[in-house]
Amino acid sequence: MMDLLKLLMRKKENSKDIAKERLKLVLIHDRSTFSPQFLEMVKGEIIKVIQKYMEVDEELLDIQLTKTTSDDGERVIPALVANIPIRSMKQGIR
Amino acid sequence: MGEVIVITSGKGGVGKTTTTANLGTGLALQGKKTVLIDTDIGLRNLDVVMGLENRIVYDLVDVVEGTCRVKQALIKDKRFDGLYLLPAAQTRDKNAVSPAQMEKLCAELKEEFDFVLIDCPAGIEQGFKNAIAGADKAYVVTTPEVSAVRDADRIIGLLEANDIRNPKLIVNRLRPDMVRRGDMMTIDDILDILAIDLLGVIPDDENIIISTNRGEPAVADSKSQAGLAYRNITRRILGEEIPFIDLAARHSLFTRMKKLFGFKPA
Repeated sequence: MMDLLKLLMRKKENSKDIAKERLKLVLIHDRSTFSPQFLEMVKGEIIKVIQKYMEVDEELLDIQLTKTTSDDGERVIPALVANIPIRSMKQGIR
Repeated sequence: MGEVIVITSGKGGVGKTTTTANLGTGLALQGKKTVLIDTDIGLRNLDVVMGLENRIVYDLVDVVEGTCRVKQALIKDKRFDGLYLLPAAQTRDKNAVSPAQMEKLCAELKEEFDFVLIDCPAGIEQGFKNAIAGADKAYVVTTPEVSAVRDADRIIGLLEANDIRNPKLIVNRLRPDMVRRGDMMTIDDILDILAIDLLGVIPDDENIIISTNRGEPAVADSKSQAGLAYRNITRRILGEEIPFIDLAARHSLFTRMKKLFGFKPA
């Protein structure tokens, strides 16, 4: 019964939906004038600031230009997303 | 005072030249005095698509360099009243013409013609800059493929940066069968991404190849689907309200019914 349900529910993603998703993402990069060097510069500065207060794992640090939905929920807008794993807080800073 | 419209796309091979030839012929058939300018210097093709390749004496470079007068270089299309072609030079390169020269030429031509259609070369370099220099408006041609849509987006940005506002979109080579089975982006998908106004949709049609073989624009062929689409665009350009035909909608109810009952969509 479950199998039958699965079979009925199974929906292969349309290739045009894949195309649209990929396009949206690539256009966010195309439309922004950020170069990879720019992103590296931002990354370096952010690390510098954060390291004043905490120890972070630079290996696992990930900063990307990606997309998010605008506040009114109507548009997809670019966003800078940083994932910075913290190893420990620096002593003496409260 | 006429209008100068550049037909551009960024990506090559999406149908700029075919579109220029058909819209120009369509406008002439509607009684508008129209001149087509091929700005693809070194890779001219509008002449062969129009079937006027044997009548070239002077070209665009001759005109801007003052070798001849504009009138001498214009080829009159004897089949369509009021239609003229200014061919590109084949043995020169894009740098033989400057944006300022194009601006001057366009200003001169629109004094005399109702429409000046400029066939833009692929790319975003000198040839593109020349082609858009004298343009009042732009039509962006794309096909429903990621590469063409991406380049169209880039071109729209560049047009706006050059103060050519509100370019209109022509989606070429749509395959209704592929749209129906979800393997081609729909017009709405493309409009959603590019966020510009739609001027028209041309279905993929083998008549285009046949008519290009003969050097006779499909817009004059009453049996061609693409020709009909070009005729509709022509009428929209002239201000008529022509509804968009949803090319993919024909079997949509049937397809939905089949989906509902769990059959693989056709």
